[in-house]
Amino acid sequence: MNFLESVRIAMRALNANKVRSALTMLGVIIGVAAVILLVAIGTGVQDEVTGSIEGLGSNLIFVFAGNFEEGGSSGGGGIAIRKQFTIDDADMLQRRLGPEELVVPLVQGPAILKAGNRTMRSTLAAGNEHADAVFTAEYLGGRAYRRSEVAAASRVAVIGSTVRDRLFPHVDPVGRQMSVNGQRFTVIGHVASQGGSLTGDQDNQIYIPVTTAQRLLGSRDVSSIIVRASDPDKIDELQAQIRQVFTPSFGEEFSVFTQEQTLGILSQLLGTLTVMLAGIAGISLLVGGIGIMNIMLVSVSERTREIGIRKAVGAKTYDILSQFVIEAVVLSVAGGMVGIALGWSGALVLQQWVPTEVTAWAVALAFFFSAAVGVFFGVYPAYRASRLDPIVALRYE
Amino acid sequence: MPDEIHNPGATGVCADGRRAVLRAAGVSKRYILDEIVVNALNGVDLSICDGEMLAIMGPSGSGKSTLMHIIGLLDRPTEGTVVVEEEDVSRMAPNQLAAVRNKRIGFVFQAFNLLARTSALANVELPLVYAGMSGAARAERAKAALEQVGLGDRLGHHPSQLSGGQQQRVAIARALVTDPSIVLADEPTGNLDSRSGIEVMVILQQLNEQGITVVLVTHDESVARHAQRIVHIADGRVVREEILTERIFAADRMKLLDAEENLS
Ligand SMILES: Nc1ncnc2c1ncn2[C@@H]1O[C@H](COP(=O)(O)OP(=O)(O)OP(=O)(O)O)[C@@H](O)[C@H]1O
Ligand SMILES: [Mg+2]
Repeated sequence: MNFLESVRIAMRALNANKVRSALTMLGVIIGVAAVILLVAIGTGVQDEVTGSIEGLGSNLIFVFAGNFEEGGSSGGGGIAIRKQFTIDDADMLQRRLGPEELVVPLVQGPAILKAGNRTMRSTLAAGNEHADAVFTAEYLGGRAYRRSEVAAASRVAVIGSTVRDRLFPHVDPVGRQMSVNGQRFTVIGHVASQGGSLTGDQDNQIYIPVTTAQRLLGSRDVSSIIVRASDPDKIDELQAQIRQVFTPSFGEEFSVFTQEQTLGILSQLLGTLTVMLAGIAGISLLVGGIGIMNIMLVSVSERTREIGIRKAVGAKTYDILSQFVIEAVVLSVAGGMVGIALGWSGALVLQQWVPTEVTAWAVALAFFFSAAVGVFFGVYPAYRASRLDPIVALRYE
Repeated sequence: MPDEIHNPGATGVCADGRRAVLRAAGVSKRYILDEIVVNALNGVDLSICDGEMLAIMGPSGSGKSTLMHIIGLLDRPTEGTVVVEEEDVSRMAPNQLAAVRNKRIGFVFQAFNLLARTSALANVELPLVYAGMSGAARAERAKAALEQVGLGDRLGHHPSQLSGGQQQRVAIARALVTDPSIVLADEPTGNLDSRSGIEVMVILQQLNEQGITVVLVTHDESVARHAQRIVHIADGRVVREEILTERIFAADRMKLLDAEENLS
């Protein structure tokens, strides 16, 4: 009997027992969808965060509240941030470092944008009048916000290229109104796409005065303070100076990193997150596999008479084995494909709330793992089935 | 009363010089269950002659089904040999036995043993599938077999959509579709009402007239008397053998039954 015939027999058997087939697939579907979705969230968050740092200018030094350095008192297990920086801290740093170096207090946060009947999810990136030292995008039209607008917490915004394309397609956005988290803003400028970075996520950003952002988010904290060195050779010296400035008020509870260090730490942290999410998803895939084995085992004993009948009319060990293995493979591959479709569309839907990015490796991994799980857990029951004595199988009650 | 005592036994000498399609020599089957030893068969010698219709008859528990499973190569004897078409199958591997069953032997069981949720046609095609046949020729042969048992109009029906008698006829079609040397039927009428039972016996006798060797396994004398020869077994031994000079013809009983029903 040839392989094609085995496939046909297996398909017929699956078709004759639709409910059982669907139940078997369910475990794989959920497992695969979970892997793809969770990895998509992990990757999406990671890319958005690292992308937003990579898209910044050069010669930057980052100052964060909390001790992230190795061996730090609040490092290790979890980082407890006791005290956040404020704009006043940034102002003080600016005074101490002198006008050569540019100090920017940075606030980041989520934003829901509306213009007309269009709505989108975006990110706020807020700084002071020196912000263009940090955000280096090229202006396509309009202007940056001014010192007076920072002082007055004006509701003005410069928009990234993704925002422009979605909210103001085919028109000049400068001077137009939009709502940010329910507040009316005027668009005063727009910048070119910064393509070439990992994701292009920083194109989906709006740039507003840091004071405005604090009001919008209802907080006096700043996410970090960024210093641009006037000369790359001064970076080490500046790092030391910044430590001196904040040690009296913050003790050890702050961290000073260069751009490379920050990127390294963040991708490590977020990478761990992604791996954890993938691990959780992997467990659900394994549970799905055990589900397959369970149902295959049950189905083998349920179908002992069928095996007996097939053997009585001439089925060989190989025929029964291949039928059951093919059944398991078909179920897990079909389940894998449905799971991919489900995980993928789930990631697209979730994009309204969290950044997600479906990665080829997660899809491939989930798919091959589900196929492997199906074969692995399907083969043992199939092997048992194929070895049954015809008379034992026929007499089975 | 037996009309004539005759036992070809293991020597395989059949009446009229016919050859034996299948021979069992010194076949014993022992089951050991928790230290209780059941001797289901004790040294059975049996020859089945080409083209005959043979009944194996005996009381319940006498070992009839056990014997049928052994000569049908579904089970192995504890001792003794089985020879099919001059080929000793006693030492064959399971897959070789499967091939011999597929090619030479057709089974009809009391409980029909059809695949559920599978059409009559697909059920009858099954032995051909495992014989390596495919395509239109396979479906044609299965269809012809179903027509032969009067079910040409039920090809797409599933077992649950057929009466018991019809299901048993599907099983007979499945048994004869590979053109086997021998059809083994274990209590083929056991689960059927009398009319369906007679219908099945009509078909089995027709098959035999066409030259297929038929073995009937039954505890019921009135069923056994449809055969040409009866082998009586008790306690796992052949105790007596008779050649029937007056067998029952199912077709005649059918006519009688029709007449009775027309009267009432
Ligand atoms: N798998 C088994 N394990 C243990 N004992 C068995 C097994 N199969 C059959 N037997 C025993 O072998 C003996 C013969 O059984 P068998 O089924 O051949 O009888 P039978 O003549 O077909 O009876 P019936 O007319 O009731 O079908 C019985 O005593 C039975 O209990
Ligand atoms: Mg029996």
